[in-house]
Parts: sequence; structure tokens; C-alpha cells
Amino acid sequence: MERTIDRGTVVIGIDECKGCGLCVQACPPRVLRLSAQLNRHGYHPAEYTGSGCTACGICYYVCPEPGGVTVFRREAA
Amino acid sequence: MPDLAVVHGRSPSFYAVFDRKEDGDPGQTHYCPGCGHGILTKLLAEAIDALGIQDRTVLVSPVGCSVFGYEYLDVGNIQAAHGRAPAVATAVKRSRPDSIVISYQGDGDLAAIGTAEIIHAANRGEAITVIFVNNAIYGMTGGQMAPTTLVGERSTTTPWGRDPTVHGYPIRVCELLATLEAPVHIERVGLGSNRQIMAAARAVRRAIDNQVRGLGFSVVEVLSPCPTIWGLDPVEAQTFVRDTMPRTFPLGILRDRTATAVPRPPLPSPPDPAELPGILGLDGATAGTTGGRAGGPRHAGADHRIVAAGFGGQGVQVLGEVLAEAGLSAGYHVAWLPSYGPQMRSGTSNCHVRLCGGAVDSPLVSRPTALVALNQPSLRAFLPRMEPGTLVLFNADAVPPDGLPRGLRIGAVPATAIADRLGSPRAANMVMLGALLEATGMLAPGVVEATLQRMVTDPAWRDLDLAALRAGQRAARRALPATCLHRTAILGAPGPPGPGPRPS
Ligand SMILES: Cc1ncc(C[n+]2csc(CCOP(=O)(O)OP(=O)(O)O)c2C)c(N)n1
Ligand code: SF4
Ligand code: SF4
Ligand code: SF4
Repeated sequence: MERTIDRGTVVIGIDECKGCGLCVQACPPRVLRLSAQLNRHGYHPAEYTGSGCTACGICYYVCPEPGGVTVFRREAA
Repeated sequence: MPDLAVVHGRSPSFYAVFDRKEDGDPGQTHYCPGCGHGILTKLLAEAIDALGIQDRTVLVSPVGCSVFGYEYLDVGNIQAAHGRAPAVATAVKRSRPDSIVISYQGDGDLAAIGTAEIIHAANRGEAITVIFVNNAIYGMTGGQMAPTTLVGERSTTTPWGRDPTVHGYPIRVCELLATLEAPVHIERVGLGSNRQIMAAARAVRRAIDNQVRGLGFSVVEVLSPCPTIWGLDPVEAQTFVRDTMPRTFPLGILRDRTATAVPRPPLPSPPDPAELPGILGLDGATAGTTGGRAGGPRHAGADHRIVAAGFGGQGVQVLGEVLAEAGLSAGYHVAWLPSYGPQMRSGTSNCHVRLCGGAVDSPLVSRPTALVALNQPSLRAFLPRMEPGTLVLFNADAVPPDGLPRGLRIGAVPATAIADRLGSPRAANMVMLGALLEATGMLAPGVVEATLQRMVTDPAWRDLDLAALRAGQRAARRALPATCLHRTAILGAPGPPGPGPRPS
């Protein structure tokens, strides 16, 4: 069974995230959520649901933390 | 992830590790969750990266929540006193024209305590970039009203909401600055939505690029969420910025003269500090007459505290200035503190002069070692401050017979009469200076003569002043007993004998 290959993916800096939720709300395809886990600062960090990221970068721009979000784009094959 | 490339990630303009919170590698900022300062700092970092200016950027952080800007951006950093960032930025930009100077300020900082600095920096057209973070409140101090607080908005100092009849209306800083001619770029943006944030990113980058291109003053006002003080969650606060704040603070470009602005010619670079003595004409004087550095061992422990007083027009200030200049030439640390009455002539005038072997702790003389009184009112005014052993030189034929404290070393030098005979009563100040030198030995007369040669440009006056100086030295020898010259002996002044000098 072949899955559509996503254009991008996103990595949350778990211990830099403050769980503000701005990225979750801003992501157009809604592929981010706040984790049920706590990070070591006591925040529920954002997490990627695992598929559907378009690498649009919006989550990066709304995030107040310098290392909160890293967005990757798949190189054109 | 071999086929994946980072398109957006931690900017290299940030320090790799934020030490401030000591929360481990790589560390968080100190900003609250959802704070606009964090977003904006990232936009700044991105602009610095894009323009390739990290190694010549100087960030001036304000007082406010962003006071720790220097903990994050790996650029030149200065933290300014509250509201003074534009003045500090001016200094940096003028003295290092190649630097890219960014004044980052909150609304309390810029629009309240710093109103004067921002208006005048903008009016001068300083070629700096100002990032003005408007969160409509004092964040750091816990939510007092700012000049930008919205009508009706509650704060700790407007608990029933801002009432324009009591607290005034919100100040629209961009509109205010747009009345000035000099700024080239004035723009207001917001952090209230994805779209607003992208527009803010462009505005910030342009405002910095203007400086890179050598254009003048640019300011970007950024409507910014402060969820903590507003009592909203981060998403609600963002929505407030998007929907509510622009009703008071409309977004958009208020000024764009970047297409026509002419890059300013660079200011001449400041001289090397080593050249300053030459520029000030002090090199010859210092080298020629002293051969010593200020505070050198020659004057170790010296602390001459002189008050000279008289009518305005008697030359008291010139006396003090010559004394201080000569002291400087002789290697003392000096201070000269003039004090005038409101009148130009016939008012009172006095000055404090200190010649010290070490650093001068205060230019003010509260316990003089010598008083030079050019008239009787000055003598009476300052006598109460005189301690036993103080030298008092009084411009008269004779010392007043009564009312003098005990134990002073007092001498009458008829300075005005002597100066009058030499050519002008206005040289009385130099007669007194000569007497002071003779009585104290604090300066070699040659040093003072060299100073006069330098300071007095009119040859007739110079000759008169030099003659007066020498006449004053002779007069002091007549006026004071030998024991009072160059020594600390006590003249048993009229009245019962005094208690003697203070033990040192
Ligand atoms: C000379 C001086 N006065 C007052 C203060 C107290 N103070 C610290 S931060 C601040 C207000 C900052 O508000 P703002 O500029 O809006 O920045 P924010 O904290 O909201 O980012 C004040 C008044 C100070 N530090 N220094
Ligand atoms: S890059 Fe865009 S699509 Fe991907 S997680 Fe971030 S906001 Fe969502
Ligand atoms: S925006 Fe940043 S800090 Fe806020 S939840 Fe997302 S990753 Fe965390
Ligand atoms: S108090 Fe407001 S401005 Fe200050 S860090 Fe928190 S959210 Fe940001």
C-alpha cells in the first residue's frame, strides 16, 4: 500500500517548547497537536501527528522560541 | 532524513546556548509562552542572517521584558538605561558608522520615559533602525498603564479601565513621528496572525536594509501579544492583536521615502584618543612644564581645596580657571566648579578649585584649605566655613579687626589697588593668584606663567597679568609672616589664640 509522500516534516524542540499552542492553531493542514506528555519544564510540548506537513514554515514563524520548531522540506527528486 | 533539508530552523544569529536560565543545553528564552518578544527576536535574527550583517550588528536592548536581548542574539550588544536606547544607538552609529545599530524598545520604554530620545533621534534622522514593541502595557513591572494602553483597557494603574478624560488617549507613536521630515521609513505591523507575522518579517528586514543602504531613520512598530499581563491564553492574545489593537493602531506604511532618500555622507571619524591633547592644545603645556603624569608621585597625597569669591566681573572665574589649567599642566588631578549668581555683573560669583594628587572625589569644596576673597561680602559669606589653619587672602589694605574665627592664616593683600597701579583694577584676580601661590607653594610660578602665556591671547593683557602675578607674590610676602608662607603654621589672628590645626 503506497502512502503519498509528504512535502515536508517538522521537528519540535521538546525542551525548548513552552506549549503555547500557537503553532497548533496556525498550522494550515492541522498536523500539529500538544502532547499529553510533559517536558522537563512542565509544559505539554507540541508534537507532529506524523503526516501531512507541507513545509509551509508557518509554525516556525508563529513560535516564540528560537529552537521551538525546525521545518524540513523534501528535496525534489 | 537524507532527502530532507532544513528550510526553517534556529538562526545562526542566536547563541548556540542560552545561559541565562541555566536550564540546560540549548536553553529557552525567559519570555512567557506566546510572548511577541520571542517571535520578533526570531524575525530580527532572520533579517540579520539574510542581510549577512551579524558581525557588524549592534543591538541596543531597553529596560523592559526584552532587557535580556543580549542573552540571545550573538551580535554586539548594549543594554541602555530606560528609554535611552535611541541616544545610545546614536552614539554607536556615529562613532562606528559601519555598524548596523538596532534600538529595540517596548512601549513603556519608548513612548513614556523615552519620549524625548525617540523624537529627537527621529528628528535628527539618525541612520538607525528602531523596533518598537507595542503591547499596550508595562509588561516587566507587572501591568501598569502605558501611553499606548487602549481606551477602556484595565491595568494595575487603571483598574476601572483607561479613561481618556483622566488618563489621556493612547499615543500613536508612528503617526507622531510621521510629522517629522527626517525619517525615511515608518511602518506599523502586527503579530496577530500568520499573515501579519509575515508582513512584520518583511517590514523588519526592510527597516534594517535601509540602514545597510545608508539611508536614514527607520522605525517599525510591532503590535505584540503579552498574554501574561493581558490575562489571555496565547491564542486569544494573538487574536486580540489581530482584531482589536489595529482599531486604535492601524497597520500600514506611514512613511516610505526610501526610493528618494539620499544616503548620508559619513561623518568624519572621531580622532584617536592619543591625538586629543594635541587638538586641545595641551600637549606642549603638559610636556613642557611638568614632565609628570597626572597624579604622579610628585603630588602624592596633595589635596588643595580652594574657594575664590567676589563680585561678578572681578575675574574670580578666570582666577579659578588659570589655577586649574596650571594644576593640570603640573600633573595634578583638577576640578574647577564655577558658580554664578543670576547677574552678569555685580552679582556674586565664586568658584571651587581642587588640585589633588589622586582622583578628585568631588568638584565641590565644602572644607576649603584656602579662601580667596575679593571683597568683604565674600569674606563674610565664606568665613563660617573656615576651619582653623585655613589660609584666607582678603583683598584689602588691612584685615577686618573683628568677627574673625580663630586660628586662620589670614592676610590682607590690596590686590585691586596694586592692579590699578599696574594698569587696570581688573588684574586684581592675578594679584590674588600670585599671593595664593606664594602662600601655599602648590604650583611653581613658572607653570602659572606658562599657562597665562597660553591662555591670554591679547599681549597687553598678558603682560599686565604676568606683572600682577609677580606683584601678588611680593604682596603675600609682605602680608603674611614668614611662618605662614608655604607652611601650615598658624597666625594668631585678632582675638584669643585658636585651638591650633586639626590633627592630620
Ligand atoms: C529609570 C527606570 N525607571 C523605571 C524602571 C522600572 N521599569 C522596568 S521595566 C518598565 C516598563 C517596561 O515596559 P515596556 O517598555 O512596555 O516593556 P515590556 O516589559 O512591556 O516589554 C519600568 C517602568 C526602571 N527599570 N528604570
Ligand atoms: S510547516 Fe506548515 S504544515 Fe508543516 S507543521 Fe508547520 S505549519 Fe504545519
Ligand atoms: S509555538 Fe513553539 S513554543 Fe508554542 S507550542 Fe508550538 S513549538 Fe511550542
Ligand atoms: S510579561 Fe508580557 S511582554 Fe513580558 S515576557 Fe511575559 S508575555 Fe512577554
